[in-house]
Amino acid sequence: MSDPAFQPLVWLILLPLGWSTLAFALGPGRGAWTAIAGLATQLWLAFMLAVKVGAGGTAHAGPDSPMGTAVTHQVGGWGAPLGIDLAVDGLSAAMLLLTQSVALPLAVYARSYFKTGDPAGVWFWPLMGFLIAGLNALFVSADLFNIYVTLELVGLAAVALVAAGGGAQQVAAALRYLFATLVGSGAYLLGVALLYGTYGTVSIATLMPLVSADAPRLVWIAGGLMVAGLMLKTALFPFHFWLPPAHGGAPAPVSALLSALVVKASFYLILRLWLGPLQALLPAFAWLLAALGAAAIFWGSWQAIHAVKLKRLIAYSTVAQLGYLFLIFPLLTHPAALKAGVMQIFAHGLAKAGMFAAAGVMIKATGQDTVAGLAGTVERLPVTLFAFGLAGMTLMGLPPSSGFLAKWQIIEAALAQGHWIIAVVALAGGLLAAVYVFRVLRQAFLLAPEGAMAGGVAAVPRALEWSAFALAAASVVLGLRGVELMQLLGAGA
Amino acid sequence: MTTNELLPLAVLASSLLPGLVIFTLPESWIAVRTTLNLFGAVAKLGLVFLLLAGVHAGGSYGVRFEVLPGLDLALKADALGMLFITLSAILWLFTTLYAIGYLEGAPHRSRFFGFFSLCVTATMGIAMAANLFTFFVFYELLTLSTFPLVVHRGTDKAMKGGTIYLAYTLIGGTALLTGIVWLHHLIGHTEFAHGGIASALGGEYAGQLKIIFLLLIAGVGVKAALVPLHGWLPQAMVAPAPVSALLHAVAVVKAGAFGIVRIVYEVYGVEFAQSLNLLLPLAIIAAVTIVWGSFRALFQDDLKKRLAFSTVSQVSYIALGVALFGPIGTIGGLVHLVHQGIMKITLFFCAGNYAETLGIHKVSEMDGAGRRMPLTTLAFSIGALGMMGAPLTAGAVSKAWLMDGATAAGMDWAIWVLWTSSLLNAAYFLPILWRAWFRPVPAAWPEEHIPQRGLRETAWLLLLPPLLTAAMTLATALFADAAITPLAWARLIAAREYVGLETP
Repeated sequence: MSDPAFQPLVWLILLPLGWSTLAFALGPGRGAWTAIAGLATQLWLAFMLAVKVGAGGTAHAGPDSPMGTAVTHQVGGWGAPLGIDLAVDGLSAAMLLLTQSVALPLAVYARSYFKTGDPAGVWFWPLMGFLIAGLNALFVSADLFNIYVTLELVGLAAVALVAAGGGAQQVAAALRYLFATLVGSGAYLLGVALLYGTYGTVSIATLMPLVSADAPRLVWIAGGLMVAGLMLKTALFPFHFWLPPAHGGAPAPVSALLSALVVKASFYLILRLWLGPLQALLPAFAWLLAALGAAAIFWGSWQAIHAVKLKRLIAYSTVAQLGYLFLIFPLLTHPAALKAGVMQIFAHGLAKAGMFAAAGVMIKATGQDTVAGLAGTVERLPVTLFAFGLAGMTLMGLPPSSGFLAKWQIIEAALAQGHWIIAVVALAGGLLAAVYVFRVLRQAFLLAPEGAMAGGVAAVPRALEWSAFALAAASVVLGLRGVELMQLLGAGA
Repeated sequence: MTTNELLPLAVLASSLLPGLVIFTLPESWIAVRTTLNLFGAVAKLGLVFLLLAGVHAGGSYGVRFEVLPGLDLALKADALGMLFITLSAILWLFTTLYAIGYLEGAPHRSRFFGFFSLCVTATMGIAMAANLFTFFVFYELLTLSTFPLVVHRGTDKAMKGGTIYLAYTLIGGTALLTGIVWLHHLIGHTEFAHGGIASALGGEYAGQLKIIFLLLIAGVGVKAALVPLHGWLPQAMVAPAPVSALLHAVAVVKAGAFGIVRIVYEVYGVEFAQSLNLLLPLAIIAAVTIVWGSFRALFQDDLKKRLAFSTVSQVSYIALGVALFGPIGTIGGLVHLVHQGIMKITLFFCAGNYAETLGIHKVSEMDGAGRRMPLTTLAFSIGALGMMGAPLTAGAVSKAWLMDGATAAGMDWAIWVLWTSSLLNAAYFLPILWRAWFRPVPAAWPEEHIPQRGLRETAWLLLLPPLLTAAMTLATALFADAAITPLAWARLIAAREYVGLETP
């Protein structure tokens, strides 16, 4: 590469490992500032990387490599098949950008959220560092086995974050999550092993030309296992059973990280396999995935509409919103579909992080975790409620928001290919989202019952309110300017 | 950026920025908030007049931003948009003054004025939208920013009204979005243009275009309160009076009516819409709405609900005028867009005054109100007479043009619809006037909040806006043929829309 000292994609993995180790060394509950400084640097690196990919991508792409990469790095100078290859194209650059953009405000949020001595926050910073390092490594890995390693790193860090709360319910949720994530990555690993047994390589680029539709049955089984494992990790209906307790029960910053980023990582991998090595096989499953996605939208929304607890409502909303992502698979022959998918990843990532953060503030301030307990919060926590409303706008897909652009693109791609049913599901999903979002807003606008708030709403640090607001506002602002992001996707592809 | 690009943005910013600042102001900063409100409203009016002069002189004002590749957020100020913008800007100033007086001492004023400003921004965006995509963005923004105003009081009743409002408008918005994306998919863009864009598609698309028309009109028809999509409007009456005034006269229902105008004239093109046989069904729905709204108004004892059903009826005059194929009907519909706004805002201001001053909410409590509040009742009477289409009021001008338009289009039945509506209007407004002026003053008012002091029957800020709009109701009729009136402007628009057709 041009400049060996400036290798953003390597630093994006090393930096979070560095600050998480430092936080561990500093002791329980410490290391917030190093984390924030590290994440700010990472955000800058991810941005520079995106600019680089966006500028140089089209020039580097060869006709023989449809997923040709714009920026690559061979770790230690050892290339494939011996060493570890790192590669970044438009899609991975976008995912890296999203990861850092969500993680930085959440770090600011978490610093205020976990008071010194809060048992839930004791090991938050080291674990978050490992999680982010795992995610970043996952997005830049160029071979399937390496991806498995990062997948496990992400999964274990996420389980530990959920369990760190320490309550009986949280530990139970974490165990269930652990089971799901291990089975998921186990199935994926089995698939990778079968592929290796057949072709003798795990490099994405090498596998690309080898796998074709008339591949042996073993390869089909491998593809099925990998996708099934990743579906379990993405909590696609009906594999969503582990998600609501884990995301709903964890402390707010953890819920936000998990819902916004972790489930997106396994979805990204499905997309990567689909567009990359398994592109000859997977389209056979397109309608199955889309049907499950549609079921997820209806089931998740239905559960969210009836949830008693606020964070449970938001967790089920995640189940529903993940469903949208799977609607794009039958449409992927149209370029708008991939763009719709990535826009939805961004929209949901930013909005859901903002929404969980806002919910955390409301729960902290009112001391109640039910939707019914929110009456009157509009008077006490206007900024937080505004943040919740903006995030809700994105989830409902109302303009001007990134969620709206995602919905627009998915409907347009569906109409262009005559798949009416997908457009109808996307539109209906938006209305269902409106029901559960306004269920919360309505309650917040109600006058507080006399005396119920007599104890007053506990004061919350401003950093909490405004970091939630920043995330939610970002999800809306992206809806006014999505051109650059969409162009980035085209780069290197 | 040139001035021609900046001016439309400045019109948006003049309410958006003060609104955003107001959100952050503490409740007790009354002077700052009031100054910002009035500064925004006056600045907007100034900018709008600049724009008006420019458009009249034939200048083109517009700006566009790429949101997605091939999808633009585009604003332009054309003659049709300016009609709506000018109306909104003038009435926003009046409503702001009124709201400052009305909400004196009430809680949550920062929130109220913040969303109020957002509402006006969205309305301006709707008026200046240069394509259906932009129109939809601001149309939904209007839905979202009015919800907090409808539920402002935070009572269970307010919540119920707000929820019904949302259910109607969000489902309507979904229909609208479906139509827009479909059209965008067929044509590749959704830019508004004189004479329409849909006619570019071949005859084999006629069936699809009819379904799209239905979706689009159903989408905007919810806000325009076309029967049977009008159910939210009477429920939304739980909102404070300035909101009712703004919703009913300016923002929401007019956004719907304006959407109908844009879709018929600049998406389909009036001649193409006629060739697809789309105008007659629209005219019939409008006629049904006119009669049904007036009929329901007869039985409402709640003053604001009676006015709400009256709005249902009156807004469809605009839809009827649009659906009458021919320039005269167009002029009638467009001029009514302005006239109905001025008259109805007067009535809602007055209804708010009765409620705030004397605690009168019902028609049956109106006895003798004219003696206690002569100026308010005078304004109310002018507005009511205008609604009936009495001579020398704005309503008479609209009605005359609409009737001529119906004759010219060969739709004589529409004349009967208009006469029936006038009679029904008289039947539900005249008893109110009779009670107010001729019945004896009761021993005690339901709840007198503001005592009389000499000539001052209520707070000045409550009294002035309705008097001014009542005066405008008369002025637009008396000087209808002058150079700068809503009528003159509507004729200018008609001349630009009916390309190549003789216009009066």
